[in-house]
Amino acid sequence: MNEPIDGLMVLLVLLNLWLLASSRLIACTRIVAAEGIALGLLPLLLSWDQGISGRLWFIAAASVIIRGVIFPQLLLKALRQANVQREVEPFVGYSLSIVIGVLTLAISFWLISRLPLPETPHLALLLPVALSTILIGLFVIISRKIAINQVLGYLVMENGIYVLGLALVKEIPALVELGVLLDAFVGVFVMTIATYHISREFEHLDADQLDSLKG
Amino acid sequence: MTMNSTTILNLALSVVLAPLLPGVINRTKAFFAGRKGPPLLQLYYDLWKLLHKGAVYSRTTSWVFRLGPALGLAAVLTALLIVPTGGGSSLLGFDGDLILLAGLFGLMRFITVLAALDTGSAFEGMGASREVTFSALAEPAFLLGLAALAKLTGSLSLTGIFGGLTVESWWSAAPELALVAAAMFLVFLVENARIPVDDPNTHLELTMIHEVMVLDHGGPDFAFILYGAALKMWVMGMILVQIVLPAHSGTWLVDLAVLLAGLLSLGVAVGTVESTMARLRMVRVPQLLVTAGALSVVALVLVLRRPV
Repeated sequence: MNEPIDGLMVLLVLLNLWLLASSRLIACTRIVAAEGIALGLLPLLLSWDQGISGRLWFIAAASVIIRGVIFPQLLLKALRQANVQREVEPFVGYSLSIVIGVLTLAISFWLISRLPLPETPHLALLLPVALSTILIGLFVIISRKIAINQVLGYLVMENGIYVLGLALVKEIPALVELGVLLDAFVGVFVMTIATYHISREFEHLDADQLDSLKG
Repeated sequence: MTMNSTTILNLALSVVLAPLLPGVINRTKAFFAGRKGPPLLQLYYDLWKLLHKGAVYSRTTSWVFRLGPALGLAAVLTALLIVPTGGGSSLLGFDGDLILLAGLFGLMRFITVLAALDTGSAFEGMGASREVTFSALAEPAFLLGLAALAKLTGSLSLTGIFGGLTVESWWSAAPELALVAAAMFLVFLVENARIPVDDPNTHLELTMIHEVMVLDHGGPDFAFILYGAALKMWVMGMILVQIVLPAHSGTWLVDLAVLLAGLLSLGVAVGTVESTMARLRMVRVPQLLVTAGALSVVALVLVLRRPV
């Protein structure tokens, strides 16, 4: 069952790069939703050989619904309410963003190859892709102006940490998994409310201008 | 000996059939537009007509302008000799010939650009500048894609690469091959001046890239350029088809049929892309090319981490 996992990881890499390249906020939200759905399927693929317990189905379903449906709905609602322009407004150009995304992937592969990690065949792609996803999430957070992008970057980072966890821990207890999902849910919920208030207060969502705030 | 004779037969077929590919694309576009479209053999008629005309040379041009079309055609014919055709080997394959392939395409572009600049027309200079900008970004994507394939098959010659790719490779390395194929398709569109990068039908100065460089050529020179472009499309198409459909049945006729069917579907695919997409804004084209390069690099990184 290595080929589908590899395929899913490559899909994740491509979605990350696509996120860096797309200029529309709505498209970015959809891409992050697609990532969430793809990652929801990952635990199913990882333990396909051992057979899938009902618990695992539940976690996968919860993950797909929360990451793939609820998060994007919250974000799209925040976008409508905040009435921001639809462009991403990056500090770094799209082409350069793609180059940086590919660089993080290469660096991740190099880093992971130097770390002393348990040798398991299915880890081959999981760990470097997880690391590069975290780095790309971080990059989205620091390189985009509109505050919604910071939420998207946070979600991408969360996706990366999720993959990292799946790769390193044989089986995550359902309670922990649901706790993480709940945390992320509350995080996104609070952040969308925060962006709404920022846009109400300042009539824009430009994170760059937060620099000029005085206490 | 039989290997060589089938290779030569394949080459002869390529030389004869290459102008069909633009015909297939045009017929597909006509189908989407609800037109009857030009005949499938239109390019043959055009070439015949052009070869029977005389060429007119502007007094400002020098020998560079006259050399351009002939050298361009010679470069692409040489490229044809090192690209394997349909399951067989190439006539002149050697280790590292993939670099020569990129170099020959580069030479063809270079001499076309020089001939365009030689006219002294600002308009052609603009086209030359665009062509060079975009191809500078397309070439890394092309070479890195080939490098990924070379690492995957453990061979440095095009014959070895495409001989090493089998249907089983698609089982074991599907993501890598799909990435390379996608990158190669984008490079194919760029190098052959198709939509979404360039519009082969347009005659607006704002949008032209390749077409603008060859405006001053006429008669046999223009026939050479048209034929060279068709042959280049055929050569790059063969590379793409042999990545996507790596057929090695051992039977010459089957392999040839797979190659021709692949090229036919490639023509239909390009026609479909041209009918369903608008040309990209000029400033967005580099982004598309960087994307193609990124796909190649991701494929290369994935191939590199494979245990040998």
